[in-house]
Amino acid sequence: MDSSVVTVVGPLPALHVPDGFLNAPVSAATAMIAAAAVLVALRKARGELDERTAPLAGLTAAFVFAVQMLNFPVGVGTSGHLMGGTLAAVLVGPWTAVLVLTVVLTVQALVFADGGLTALGTNILLLGIVTVLVGWLVTRMLQRMLPQRPTSVVPASFVGAWLSVVAAAGVFVVLYLLGGAVQLPLGALLGSMLGWHALIGLGEGVITAAVVAAVVASRPDLVYAVRGLRPALQLRDADGVLHPASPQDAVAAPAPHQRSSTRLVAVGAALALLLAGVVSFVASGNPDGLEYVAGQQGFLGSARDHLFGQQPLADYGEVGSIPVGLAGLLGVIVTALVGWLVFRWYARRRPEPVNDDVNASV
Amino acid sequence: MHDMPAHVKIVATFAFVLVVVLTPRTAFLAFAWYAALLAVVAVRARVRPATIARRAVVEVPFVVFAALLPFVALGERVEVAGLSLSRDGLLAGWNIVVKGTLGVVASILLAATTDSRALLVGVQRLRCPPQLVEIMAFMLRYAGVVTDDMRRMRIARESRGFTAGHLGHVRVVAQSAGALFIRSFERGERVYVAMVSRGYTGRLPLVDDGAVPAGAWLSAAMLPGLALVGGVLAWWLAS
Amino acid sequence: MTSQEVAAELRPSPPTPPSLEVRDLAYAYPDGRQALFGVDLTVQRGERVAMLGANGAGKTTLVLHLNGILTAGHGTVRVAGLEVAKPHLPEIRRRVGLVFQDPDDQLFMPTVRDDVAFGPMNLGLRGAELDARVEAALAAVAMGEHADRAPHHLSFGQRRRVAMAGVLAMQPEVLVLDEPTSNLDPVARRELAEILQSLAVTVLLVTHDLPFALQLCERCVVLSDGVVVRDGPTGEVLADVEWLRRHRLELPFGFAPPADG
Repeated sequence: MDSSVVTVVGPLPALHVPDGFLNAPVSAATAMIAAAAVLVALRKARGELDERTAPLAGLTAAFVFAVQMLNFPVGVGTSGHLMGGTLAAVLVGPWTAVLVLTVVLTVQALVFADGGLTALGTNILLLGIVTVLVGWLVTRMLQRMLPQRPTSVVPASFVGAWLSVVAAAGVFVVLYLLGGAVQLPLGALLGSMLGWHALIGLGEGVITAAVVAAVVASRPDLVYAVRGLRPALQLRDADGVLHPASPQDAVAAPAPHQRSSTRLVAVGAALALLLAGVVSFVASGNPDGLEYVAGQQGFLGSARDHLFGQQPLADYGEVGSIPVGLAGLLGVIVTALVGWLVFRWYARRRPEPVNDDVNASV
Repeated sequence: MHDMPAHVKIVATFAFVLVVVLTPRTAFLAFAWYAALLAVVAVRARVRPATIARRAVVEVPFVVFAALLPFVALGERVEVAGLSLSRDGLLAGWNIVVKGTLGVVASILLAATTDSRALLVGVQRLRCPPQLVEIMAFMLRYAGVVTDDMRRMRIARESRGFTAGHLGHVRVVAQSAGALFIRSFERGERVYVAMVSRGYTGRLPLVDDGAVPAGAWLSAAMLPGLALVGGVLAWWLAS
Repeated sequence: MTSQEVAAELRPSPPTPPSLEVRDLAYAYPDGRQALFGVDLTVQRGERVAMLGANGAGKTTLVLHLNGILTAGHGTVRVAGLEVAKPHLPEIRRRVGLVFQDPDDQLFMPTVRDDVAFGPMNLGLRGAELDARVEAALAAVAMGEHADRAPHHLSFGQRRRVAMAGVLAMQPEVLVLDEPTSNLDPVARRELAEILQSLAVTVLLVTHDLPFALQLCERCVVLSDGVVVRDGPTGEVLADVEWLRRHRLELPFGFAPPADG
């Protein structure tokens, strides 16, 4: 595969783009998309937090700002940090989360020079909109397939957060293709970016799920994504026997364990295969329609000997010695494996009837 | 510079960065001119080089990325000190480093001369949707409080012998983060109650002095203006 | 004796309506837990009343009813004759000045001046009148020269005082303070006592600080398990050590109330 050295640029996080990284038309376009999305979010956020939006979103923004300092190692001397889009969406709702992330990014650009002023639109799009949207949609979709209990949001948000990072990386690559400073081999770039961010996304997924789990355990009423999922109320009669509080609650039994779990695994496997398929397709062939890249392949083919022959590049070669396509595939497989293990653990410790929920939440 | 209204400074900084970003990367003289302009501003604003250097650490990841580009980019090769590098990659790397750095330094100068209250008034003046301004106000006010909480939780953890670095630590840190969210959210609810108790009806009243000193726009416009002139000149000289 | 009779006993009824009039107040939280089981309380204008009670007795819940943050499940609350109900809330919130326990929850504006101006601005004041109101409020708590500082640059005691100024700026009928001396060093505590003694407004002081209550309030009301269990002169209540202990109240070690009670 060509230029596996591109692997090393993959982990450079698709975040906090500086000025001049993308050309003017792309920056302007992303700014307009971001502005439109933020305006929509302003209107919709009211429905999530009512007139308390400003102080609550502000405090959540302070919280996201604080937890973005949580670092985790991802391979050779690189570290990722929490983006927080999915976490915010699960806790305060997707529209409020867009506002929260927008404010965090704006403050970071204006006060901490983290992210270029002219790149603010790009950063908001990547980190405040793509992550929130993908994270939220995936989390909700999975929640619907899992048993209808507050704790189901934990594995759902794990996958949601993970996919949100990968999606942001994907959009970043697209933006880079459209307006980046120089053309990099598309297949290698895409595979590397997605592969590395599949790993970084794991960290995001783990932290997001763990934080959500902690909040659900003591204040589930503060988690937007589990509204309406409180366990049914029960009444205890004189003999100590529990009855559902209302006839409807008797009918609201959780979905059969086996079926929902199998469906989930099937969906997860399909997702993983799809991702692997996309990566290997792109990594192996020349994408149609990008004449420039196709033209470059010819140059690169002859240059490859030079590249690998040079002394300093041998180091890079070792780091990136795993062919890119394989790296991406490995990343996806590892994630799927971890996800499967998480689900199995979760499914195994799930208690039987609704009773336990009531006792646990009281 | 510290007294100039924030919205004027924000617009001037943005205009300056725009000029920088739109400059073709081969106009090397132009970038030297921009750097000189920023140096003058830094001196006038009495911002120390150490402060700038410290805050510029944020751009390290992209400097690394830019440094790698000559090795991984496509296109014709050139020989540099015995290495075969991509010409496009070199130019692209330079492009990223110079424009990114100038942007970062400009932002640092803006931030160093603007306190948070002035920033809020400035953003409000720039017609930012009022709800976003309010959220930003609360974030700025409580960011310190929340990060302090986080720091105190870390100290409490470590005082009981907890050391980070193994996988199990994720769960503990996450539980602290969960507790931090609950505390922050509950504080937000109490702030809301305190606001309502004093008659809050939906708009946060940020008093704005209103008057923009006569010369402010003019002197602020000097930065992007001079940059533009110099940039065009350098580009014309180079071509 | 009923609360009204006690109040009348200690202070002959002036022609103005009582600053606070709570009758038979009962309240349960949304999760079902009942916190107040029928509270009666009358406070005349100009009085300084301490509200004592163990944690969980219902003090904060009661206080939140005074300006309509919580709505009574049963019973009524009147402030200077006006009932606490939805249509009157803006005026009620002007009349009842609530100072919360954590000043950081209350000082949410970027500077001291902004924060003290918040209340009056919501009442419609602008310009010179607003400035005068802010100056007067800051002067009352001796924080005038800190007007343009940010809250996080102030000490805890200073933030407490600014929070009070923010409430005083609305010229309330009654000042309700929730644990005003908690976390204050002795000097700040003394300064707070001096400030409160200099104010002419009615004061309801919710506190665990029994000596402070004794120093400032001639009357005290004790809340226990959601009802008022004692209402009388502070010295008298605090001298009854056995009774205090039964309701989880204790005087600090070594402190004895003055003999004249």
